[in-house]
Amino acid sequence: MNKFEYPVLSIRNLNKQFGPGCNHCQNQKESTLIKNYCPVCGTVYACQDISFDLYPGEILGIVGESGSGKSTLMRCLYFDQEVTSGEAILSTYEHGERNLFQESPQRKRYIRNHLMGKVYQNPLLGLKMDFTSIGNIAEKLISAGSRSVEEMEARGRELLEYVNIPAFRMKEAPKNFSGGMQQRVQIAKALSNRPPILLLDEVTTGLDLSVQASVLDLIKYLQREMNISMVVVSHDLGVIRMLADRSMVMLDGKVIEQGLTDQILEDPQSPYTQQLVHSLL
Amino acid sequence: MENILTIKGLAKSFTLHHLNRKIKAIEHINLSVKEGEFIGITGKSGSGKSTILRCIYRTYLPVQGEIWYRSKKFGLIDLAAATEREMVYLRKHEIGYVSQFLNVMPRTTARELVQQSIIEMGDSEEFAVKETGKILKHFELDSELWDSYPSTFSGGEKLRLNIATAMVKRPRLLLLDEPTASLDDASKQKVKVLIEQLMKEGTTMIGIFHDLEFMKDLCHQEYNIQQGESLVMTNS
Ligand SMILES: Nc1ncnc2c1ncn2[C@@H]1O[C@H](COP(=O)(O)OP(=O)(O)OP(=O)(O)O)[C@@H](O)[C@H]1O
Ligand SMILES: Nc1ncnc2c1ncn2[C@@H]1O[C@H](COP(=O)(O)OP(=O)(O)OP(=O)(O)O)[C@@H](O)[C@H]1O
Ligand SMILES: [Mg+2]
Ligand SMILES: [Mg+2]
Ligand SMILES: [Zn+2]
Repeated sequence: MNKFEYPVLSIRNLNKQFGPGCNHCQNQKESTLIKNYCPVCGTVYACQDISFDLYPGEILGIVGESGSGKSTLMRCLYFDQEVTSGEAILSTYEHGERNLFQESPQRKRYIRNHLMGKVYQNPLLGLKMDFTSIGNIAEKLISAGSRSVEEMEARGRELLEYVNIPAFRMKEAPKNFSGGMQQRVQIAKALSNRPPILLLDEVTTGLDLSVQASVLDLIKYLQREMNISMVVVSHDLGVIRMLADRSMVMLDGKVIEQGLTDQILEDPQSPYTQQLVHSLL
Repeated sequence: MENILTIKGLAKSFTLHHLNRKIKAIEHINLSVKEGEFIGITGKSGSGKSTILRCIYRTYLPVQGEIWYRSKKFGLIDLAAATEREMVYLRKHEIGYVSQFLNVMPRTTARELVQQSIIEMGDSEEFAVKETGKILKHFELDSELWDSYPSTFSGGEKLRLNIATAMVKRPRLLLLDEPTASLDDASKQKVKVLIEQLMKEGTTMIGIFHDLEFMKDLCHQEYNIQQGESLVMTNS
């Protein structure tokens, strides 16, 4: 059958290891690793041979227990960390003909500033806590080439309004804000350059339920209104169920299952996913 | 009339790893549905009726067999082997599923829920607003409820909203898994009117109903599952 759509982002065989590896773990990875860790040389295989496609306007969910490699994957995608090997193709960059991971640091910075946005698990990593909220957004706009103060201020206002930060608090620093508000400022900042791709790492973790709901709403709204493609990472299956049509399950650095989200929940295939789903019921 | 759906040798089992058990749900299922038909599936509790519908919708991953669906977008396509993205598309545009359970977003009102499901199909907002009003009125959902959150609704209200959300899309193929199970007679009647209307418009339906009278009134053909396998067809 002919393809009826093309991915915006394609990841192939992404690997990320911490440590040099040794004869032991490089030859027979399966049998020697304890979870993702080599007991002989101490190398951590945080992401192993990960491949997936992200399609226009879709939310792809990634679930998995603590340490399964979700944040490492997101860091690699946003060039916060170098991959050990692998390929990333972005359809809107150089006609999809370049492996992003092999681009120069300047080109990577360009991609980050113009074509992607990221919301970090920890707001301290995504925001300057002492800058004003609107200043945080201006910072991202400046790195994307903006120079007009007026324009930046207008865009900042628009975005903060969009994520429901009241106008009179825009000049306040995020350190004064609640966890949910900080995440919403992060989202506003990530959106400022109108990226086609948004990476969200545990945006609702640690927020209380009603605040969580408002952030989830916002994400769903962004998808609907702006048609942004998103990768949403969470260890919470409930969050993934609400947001994602398709999901992947990670364990010890590997993708062990992927499918339609309701299928993963109602008819999980792997022993680990079955356990994960049953612990929810 | 051409078949819109042809199921050949469908089987589904569940391997429960932690219990070291394998549950056979259905086997050797064959079924064909012509465009515009209403097919009823009957059988004892646990015989695998819901499993068949869930395999068509791909909430369950079939282990064997083919599910040939004639799609407007893709032509003839085997739903048992279609890509996930193809299924996502078909669920949004062509195949609807109604069960007793409602899956809702937090802080999304009844009105928004129905509107979204129309807009998802690519229709304009204006059209969505109009259609939403019509269908919520049809189901006599109290107008005070239109702008409140379905999580607070009664079972019957939720169900009516659920059916409205699926039906308003006028899917080409609608799967109904006991949608009237907990409804009173008046509400059942409303569902019936809508089913009849959809039938007139050419929607194909496969339904499971507790209320056999209700079903026999509507359906062109009945398939009965016996001992978890092979469907026996009876014209009604
Ligand atoms: N800089 C590092 N040096 C060594 N090991 C690391 C480093 N960063 C991450 N790891 C290891 O990589 C593995 C994956 O970590 P990661 O943070 O990606 O997990 P996660 O799935 O995001 O977990 P969580 O749900 O707790 O956020 C872990 O075993 C972790 O200890
Ligand atoms: N997700 C699942 N995991 C494990 N077993 C399942 C699952 N879904 C169904 N089954 C099993 O498959 C068999 C058929 O179930 P199914 O729900 O299709 O029956 P049914 O005919 O719809 O019954 P009822 O009339 O009670 O709704 C049953 O033995 C059931 O326990
Ligand atoms: Mg993490
Ligand atoms: Mg059933
Ligand atoms: Zn080693």
